[in-house]
Amino acid sequence: MQKRAIFGSTSLPYLLLLPQLAVVAVFFYWPASQALWQSFLLEDAFGLSSTFVWFENYSELFADSGYYRTMMTTAVFAVMVAGLSLSLALLLAVQADKAIHGAGIYRTLLIWPYAVAPAVAGVLWIFMFQPSLGVVAQGIRSLGIAWNPLLNGNDALILVVLASTWKQISYNFLFFLAGLQSIPRAVIEAAAIDGASGTRRFWTIILPLLSPTVFFLVVVNIVYVFFDTFGIIDAMTQGGPSKATETLVYKVFFDGRLGGNLGSSAAQSVILMILVVGLTAIQFRFIERRVAY
Amino acid sequence: MATVELSSIRKVYPGGVEAVRDVSLVVPNGSFTVLLGPSGCGKSTLLRMIAGLETTTSGECKIGERVVNEVEPADRDIAMVFQNYALYPHMSVYDNMAYGLRNRGTPKAEIDKRVREAASLLAIEDFLSRKPRALSGGQRQRVAMGRAIVREPQVFLFDEPLSNLDAKLRVTMRLEIRRLHNRLNATSIFVTHDQVEAMTLADQVVVMNAGRIEQIGAPGEVYKHPASRFVASFIGAPAMNLMPGKIAEAGIVETPAGRLPYDKNRFHAAGEVEVGIRPEDIHAAGGADGILFTPELAEELGATRLLHGSFGDTPVIIAIPASGTVHEKKEMRLSIDPAAVHLFDKVTGRSLVR
Ligand SMILES: Nc1ncnc2c1ncn2[C@@H]1O[C@H](COP(=O)(O)OP(=O)(O)O)[C@@H](O)[C@H]1O
Ligand SMILES: [Mg+2]
Repeated sequence: MQKRAIFGSTSLPYLLLLPQLAVVAVFFYWPASQALWQSFLLEDAFGLSSTFVWFENYSELFADSGYYRTMMTTAVFAVMVAGLSLSLALLLAVQADKAIHGAGIYRTLLIWPYAVAPAVAGVLWIFMFQPSLGVVAQGIRSLGIAWNPLLNGNDALILVVLASTWKQISYNFLFFLAGLQSIPRAVIEAAAIDGASGTRRFWTIILPLLSPTVFFLVVVNIVYVFFDTFGIIDAMTQGGPSKATETLVYKVFFDGRLGGNLGSSAAQSVILMILVVGLTAIQFRFIERRVAY
Repeated sequence: MATVELSSIRKVYPGGVEAVRDVSLVVPNGSFTVLLGPSGCGKSTLLRMIAGLETTTSGECKIGERVVNEVEPADRDIAMVFQNYALYPHMSVYDNMAYGLRNRGTPKAEIDKRVREAASLLAIEDFLSRKPRALSGGQRQRVAMGRAIVREPQVFLFDEPLSNLDAKLRVTMRLEIRRLHNRLNATSIFVTHDQVEAMTLADQVVVMNAGRIEQIGAPGEVYKHPASRFVASFIGAPAMNLMPGKIAEAGIVETPAGRLPYDKNRFHAAGEVEVGIRPEDIHAAGGADGILFTPELAEELGATRLLHGSFGDTPVIIAIPASGTVHEKKEMRLSIDPAAVHLFDKVTGRSLVR
């Protein structure tokens, strides 16, 4: 039987939905439509007037080799951060799961520091690796390694990748740990009796049973890299040197805010928005069908 | 096939729970041994120590000629059937059964042969390509058994494998497990809290209480000659009637039911004792003498009828054939066969049998 509330009048349910709809409208639809509208406009040099130019902002963007370079950077960045943070978090979660299996209430208590500490440490990381003043940065250089993220594009990329990974590990860890803990213990014991070694158990039982979590996290991590790493990049490299760490979202900010090219910036936002909507749609489809065993 | 031998096994969990205290037990080659006891008495812990899923705190566990204390579960040559089946949810029924053989590098043709044999034995051939979630409880149970069978282990371990099934299926599967055991000529150790299951399946029943073994014996033996008050009250449904008693002279005990004769060649008792009489050993006396009993409530079980009442202040249940009618609140006279009177130590609860 379907669960269905019965309302006396037809307007009441809409009334109840109104606050939620208002929030969504004000914070999502309104800015989104603003961006969409803006992406069709071209402002003059002084920002005093704008003309409607249809898709000119978009065609200019796709004719620009710099935009493709930023896309590439973003892709590399995303693969590295998602790959690193997922695999490290999984490794940590598997170890933690071994240690606290069935420990009841302790489990929850144990998780808290894991959850909170890295988020705080993410900020610390930025200070430590801050190229000119950071302790770690100085340490690396004193070891004789030519470490200069201010000038070397690869060094800069490594730096933001590590910092972004660090920040994301705790989130992934929590989901992996919850996923691991929800695998029935007897299933793993049955596999142990069935002669599967620890590694074999991991690849043939644990990972397949964890696949919905893995897939969910892959999507979440990609979205994270696309958007949430903005702060890290802005704080550490500002997209430099010579745009080596400029991701799509940073370019939106850079072109719009610093470059004053509002039309192009808006067009880029719209493209990003489409990307994320696409990713989310894929996630919903897959999580409901394929990945769940 | 192998003998399983436990000597002075103890298990203390981290945190201090002493789940198993000094258990010694021999499971003979080819026997069907049932570990029976109330929930929390340490049955699963004991079974899991035999499987190698828990370490033993002290004592020795032998399977066949080998001490297995330090041997991995995979190398003990055992198979286990879990309470909630523990099937691999992402694998087909076929793969569930083949998994253990693949891990051991069995040739493909051999795997296929064994899986198909087991499947036909358990009548699950039609489901081989299905995932466990597409099976009913009984079918899952069969797959779990199939997974154990294909490995052809020395010892089968069962941890309450029937408790998730409905009553009717439980009876069918019970018979099937026993049939399989006979056919495979295996050694089986079966854990349950259900005494009917234990009585019907076992060659040897091991009654456990609070981490200790109370009694080891054939089903008939533990029923007829319970070694302690605990065994007496745990085995048999409804439970044995227990009442205080005092030995008046050799062969006579005074109870709330009056002076009852008992078999003085079997029991050696003096002073205060605990007297046990099974409900089914109390009969309606033909004439006007006998123990006075007023039934307060009657329960019809079909072939038998349970009458609840009391001897003096002591509540008593009697089981009589369900013929004729009983008038509740109407006095009746009862008789008890002296051979059916059990005596237990008032303090330790051990049987006072000679
Ligand atoms: N992993 C564990 N850690 C601590 N105590 C446990 C653990 N497993 C079982 N126990 C305790 O050991 C006792 C025996 O448990 P168990 O062997 O599961 O009993 P049974 O199977 O007879 O119901 C219980 O008191 C239970 O709470
Ligand atoms: Mg148990």
